[in-house]
Amino acid sequence: MTAPADAMTRAAPTTLSADTWLRFRRNRLALAGLVVVVLLAVAAAGAPWLAPADPAKQSLIEKRARPGEKFLLGADEFGRDILSRIIYGSRVALLVGLLSVAIALGLGLALGCLAGFAGGWVDVLIMRGVEVLLAFPYLLLAIAVVSALGPGVLNTTIAVGIWGTPTVIRLVRGAVLTARESEYVRAATALGATAGRVLTRHVLRNILPTVVVYSTLFMANAILVEAALSFLGLGVPPPTPSWGLMVSSGRDFLVVAPHIATVPGLAIMIAVLGFNLLGDGLRDALDPRLRGQI
Amino acid sequence: MLIFIARRLLLAIPVLLGVIFVVMLTVELIPGDAVALMLGEHATPEAVAKLRDYLGLDKPLLVRYVGYVGRVARGDLGRSIQQNRPVTDELADAWPATLELTVAALLISAVAGIVAGVISAVWPNSLFDAIARVGSLFGLSMPVFWTGLVLIVIFALWLPWLPVGGMGSPSHLVLPAVTLALPSLAMVARMTRSSVLEVLREDYVRTARAKGVAELLVVAKHALRNAAIPILTLLGLQAGQLMGGAVLTETVFSWPGLGRLMVKAIFARDYVLLQGAVLIFALAFVVINLAVDLAYGALDPRIARQG
Repeated sequence: MTAPADAMTRAAPTTLSADTWLRFRRNRLALAGLVVVVLLAVAAAGAPWLAPADPAKQSLIEKRARPGEKFLLGADEFGRDILSRIIYGSRVALLVGLLSVAIALGLGLALGCLAGFAGGWVDVLIMRGVEVLLAFPYLLLAIAVVSALGPGVLNTTIAVGIWGTPTVIRLVRGAVLTARESEYVRAATALGATAGRVLTRHVLRNILPTVVVYSTLFMANAILVEAALSFLGLGVPPPTPSWGLMVSSGRDFLVVAPHIATVPGLAIMIAVLGFNLLGDGLRDALDPRLRGQI
Repeated sequence: MLIFIARRLLLAIPVLLGVIFVVMLTVELIPGDAVALMLGEHATPEAVAKLRDYLGLDKPLLVRYVGYVGRVARGDLGRSIQQNRPVTDELADAWPATLELTVAALLISAVAGIVAGVISAVWPNSLFDAIARVGSLFGLSMPVFWTGLVLIVIFALWLPWLPVGGMGSPSHLVLPAVTLALPSLAMVARMTRSSVLEVLREDYVRTARAKGVAELLVVAKHALRNAAIPILTLLGLQAGQLMGGAVLTETVFSWPGLGRLMVKAIFARDYVLLQGAVLIFALAFVVINLAVDLAYGALDPRIARQG
């Protein structure tokens, strides 16, 4: 059975992934998003080599220095190099983003599959829980969680992850329910496939595009929420370079040195824009039917 | 229609009970002794014991939950630990400011977003469409607190046209409302564009045009009316975004609303006040979504008939 199928795939002029890449490559905005995300990853990974100065090094003579030769993007209220802090700040943004995506996906996939497959009271219970969590306005659930747990990178990550979970559960459950009714899953079940095999080989593989697109768009939101929590003083504590925290500390110097607050904000915007463009591009390339749903 | 309304109202009850449970849990999540944390390190053992007794922390979770639901149903949200005033009084002082800000922002995002979305859909791939699409991408990516600061720098410091912060005259409302509205405006414009664009391809639009109906009427009566449901859903969801965004906007512009009260409560470790503020936001969001659900029935009688 598999050999002829493989031969057919090889003989086909384009594969699914090649087709997707072709569609993605034609989308200039999506390519721009990919470039931003790659640059962000490079900045985070190579921060010690790329940063022109030590992000914690203070210089009282050069405090609030304007952008110029010595400090490309200026210096903050303690005379620390803003560019270096932005480069190091990408680590916090990406770390919180990636880990919170992992939390949201882990919990969301497990509970979404359980709700979709088990049905009955398990489904009702999980979905009522989801409705309750979705009843909290944007940011407030994360604020409530982090205000109880206390500030810090880990607690911020947990708060952002919990905030993203209900949407993943809903997406996954919906996809599982659709897949469960599809003919190919019925055929697999009729041929004697176990629930685990149906889940991994058919259902999960089928919802992969949705999950990939959602994760990318969620990264954008996670970066925004982390920055917002840090801005409020509830996220990453000082002196860790976090973009939201940098904007917050620059607020007091808006009149004399507006660059302290505005430049790190630009970094947040570019990073979020990058993930939004990449997510939109992936959605259109992987499955244009998802437009309007995620 | 009455059955539809009754069904929706009944469905909201378990959600509300769940919301109250989650809000109550926030104090449970506090690591260590929550009461000692709330009162600070200089609190006397008597004060700690008194507050613990007041919060009922010695009782089982379920007993406390039933008690809390009963108190909330009677409109008693407890007393603020810092201010020693009923939480309802604190919230009553702050909510008009938040309502003013969020309603202004919702109006801006709805009106400007729908107008921009419709123009983009009627003239797709035009210069306006390109600017609106790129603009909405930026609008979605800008952190609200940063937009606020940039607007302050431009419109209050460089061009001293508008006040930096505070509340009072209508000019005080402009910057915070625009700041809060921008991300929602971007979402509404995107959604309106795609919904109207889809409807404009329908057969009945072609028929209306073939009959010689003026283009403006085609768009207003046929396209926009049929594209209204997804736009309305989004506006309901955006109300939640606006309430969360209000916490940030109020902090940036020193706007004396619920969001600022909430942030103050967090830093003062006044968890009773925090619970009250989060609960009010969540309840407002549930009620708004209920209203949106009911509006569906009015906009599309088929939904009401299905129940």
